[in-house]
Amino acid sequence: MKALFKHRELALAVLLVIGVAAIGGYQPAFLEWDNIGDVLTETSVLFMMALAQMAVILTRGIDLSVAANLALSGMIAALVSQYHPDTPLFLMILAGILSGLALGMINGALIAFLGIPPIVMTLGTLAVFRGMIILIAGGDQVNASEMGVAFQAFPKQVILGLTTPVWIAAGVSILFWIFLNSTRSGRGLYAVGGNPVAARYCGIDQRKQELIAYAISGAVAGLCGYLWVARYGVAYSEIANGYELTVIAACVIGGVSIGGGVGTVAGTLLGALFLGIVMTALPVLQISPFWQMAISGAVILAAVIINARAERRPDKLILPEARRLRRIRA
Amino acid sequence: MSDHILTLSGVSKSFPGVRALHNVSLSLKPGRVTAVVGENGAGKSTIVKILTGIYPPDEGDIAVRGEVKSFSSPRDAWAAGIAAIHQETVMFDELSVAENIFMGHMPTGSSRFVDWPEMHTKSAALLKRIYAAIPTDFKLKRLSVAQKHLVEIARALSHEAQVVIMDEPTAALSANEIDDLFRIVAQLKAEGRAVVFISHKFDEIFRIADDFVCLRDGEKVGDGAIVSVNEPQLVRMMVGRPVDQVFPKRDVPIGESVLVVDGLSNATEYADISFELRKGEILGLYGLVGAGRTEAMQGLFGITPITRGTVTLEGKRLSIDAPSDAIAAGISYVPEDRQDQGAILSLGIRENVTLANLFKHVRGLFLSRSSEQAQTRTLGRRLAVKAANWEQRLAELSGGNQQKVVIAKWLATRPKVIVLDEPTKGIDIGSKAAVHDFIGELASEGLAVVLITSELPEVMGLADRVIVMKEGRIVAEFKRGEWSAEKIVGAATGAARAAA
Repeated sequence: MKALFKHRELALAVLLVIGVAAIGGYQPAFLEWDNIGDVLTETSVLFMMALAQMAVILTRGIDLSVAANLALSGMIAALVSQYHPDTPLFLMILAGILSGLALGMINGALIAFLGIPPIVMTLGTLAVFRGMIILIAGGDQVNASEMGVAFQAFPKQVILGLTTPVWIAAGVSILFWIFLNSTRSGRGLYAVGGNPVAARYCGIDQRKQELIAYAISGAVAGLCGYLWVARYGVAYSEIANGYELTVIAACVIGGVSIGGGVGTVAGTLLGALFLGIVMTALPVLQISPFWQMAISGAVILAAVIINARAERRPDKLILPEARRLRRIRA
Repeated sequence: MSDHILTLSGVSKSFPGVRALHNVSLSLKPGRVTAVVGENGAGKSTIVKILTGIYPPDEGDIAVRGEVKSFSSPRDAWAAGIAAIHQETVMFDELSVAENIFMGHMPTGSSRFVDWPEMHTKSAALLKRIYAAIPTDFKLKRLSVAQKHLVEIARALSHEAQVVIMDEPTAALSANEIDDLFRIVAQLKAEGRAVVFISHKFDEIFRIADDFVCLRDGEKVGDGAIVSVNEPQLVRMMVGRPVDQVFPKRDVPIGESVLVVDGLSNATEYADISFELRKGEILGLYGLVGAGRTEAMQGLFGITPITRGTVTLEGKRLSIDAPSDAIAAGISYVPEDRQDQGAILSLGIRENVTLANLFKHVRGLFLSRSSEQAQTRTLGRRLAVKAANWEQRLAELSGGNQQKVVIAKWLATRPKVIVLDEPTKGIDIGSKAAVHDFIGELASEGLAVVLITSELPEVMGLADRVIVMKEGRIVAEFKRGEWSAEKIVGAATGAARAAA
């Protein structure tokens, strides 16, 4: 059991399996394929948003504006659909992504080049983005009847048993894995967050890395903005209100260190899945909505505590026999 | 004994692998200024830390007015009437002057709450005693370094300190501010306090001190009244040891010119740094701590901005705006604090080793893990890094092995010129020998090495040539065979007569 906790991803996976089995024992319908598909669809946005947030947190930053960005970019995509219904679907999606990217780069540029603390900067843009939604939509909302049919149908399409958002999340996850593990910029995120001074001596430009991280965070928020608005068939200023905290919680549960430099794609996906299951399971278990928030909060805390135990100072392998032992296990 | 405020007798202190102080005794008399002199690393700071209760001595006694005390914390030293003014002020920038003076012993009325009016009144009175016109409600960050020193002195007075230790208090002061400080020292003397004055500057020592204690390699090598010695004698006392035999220098044929640095200057840190470096040559860069050596080399490496000057590597004019330019050109800089400035503990050995030359591992669009692994394996074996496997996180390695990984990272860039900043600082004698051997090996492979060191034996043992810096400028250059310890230290401290 002790050894298990040393590998946080494994610990989290085991926790998940036990949890799902327990829920299934109580409510067998939860384990049916349809429901699993629903849970994945429901969590797909969280998967992507958590990965993007991880990129930012790796650099010792934080992006509190992601949910506001999602809502604003979603609104922009919805407005394109409302007023230019003949636009090809991929251009509407691209509008969401590009709007998100631009908003993310505003964060990134000001944080990287003016040295504004990320938490202050993104708290400010959070409010600005929400305000802009009201401005561009004239205080109105865009309803399902005003959006195009194809626009709304895409996220509900099922390919090989899973909806498009799940496939998109899978694709984004693979791209993230490649980016973080096999590119210089990806490695640079870990280096800058792990030890900014050392990274600088290695010729890594911290400002460029930060700009990249916030740009990614913004672009993903833009993509998710389209998916959110199209799936729920409504765009208004309060969409995904407070969702940034869910996203950050998923990262922390997944073992991303708020101190920067530590985090994996697998861990973050598990963290998001964990939250997704908790949130979808509570209604299934017919727990009163009054209790749901308190319970999900308690579960998040429990997961974080288990993680914090794994976070402790690693044992150095100075004894030769300890090194040998590790080699055999590895 | 009664005429001594404070006596240290037979004090020794060791750190793992390093003997910092050995059997040192000294006594401080009221109304006298005692200068503690010695090279970098001679044990001056350790003495300060023992006197102020930061470290307990391994052996020996501290006696205050004849009474043996044991300090288990800085608070005990305060209570015994000992206060220190540190080289870099250790105070609270965001708090007011009054809070800084009374931190830890704020006056409280009968209410148990802080008595603010009282604190400001008392602070103002203390500052007035040292003729410092500083508003007591100013935040500390608004003050100059000199004013911060004054606040520290006021803090010492607030403890009614009988012993005031000043650790290089003039390092950041202008000539006028130094005069002011010395007036205050004279006043402290007149009030019957004992002052310990630590400085590298000989003119100051001879101006202000009554007595001196000279340390070398953690041992006391001389003491007495300052009038009984002159500058050359004091320099000889500081360095006087046979240094040449300790480091067997490798005979490396020195090749053609690799690097020409001409007139490198920065707005505030260094000026007119010019030198040439040849293949296989080890150039020593000696100077006191704070002489601008590190800053000048960081300029060469693209960390600090250069306002003037040129760098030419193998006949090609370089324009270095960032470390990545220097690395790509073939210049590596191994920073002084290799653990803090070099190692990324959260990453694995492989990721650390390849970090500075990642661009060489890109195949097509992506990094090639096998190429990274091959380089890590080669360098890891060469430097005998002890690890379970090459993916192991650096946080799990011992300190020595972390350092090896950092060095491997810089060798991975295949530099033509490598700058080593204090490569043996804080490591034990055995490891030092290994590092020295390694530096020789680098030179024998045709690398040009710049060795920044504050240790005289090291620079005299390893370097082919020594450049001495003082206050941001090159003040002397010596070739092997032409130098002597006295000449080098004389140039670095500005004791011109000693260099003659």
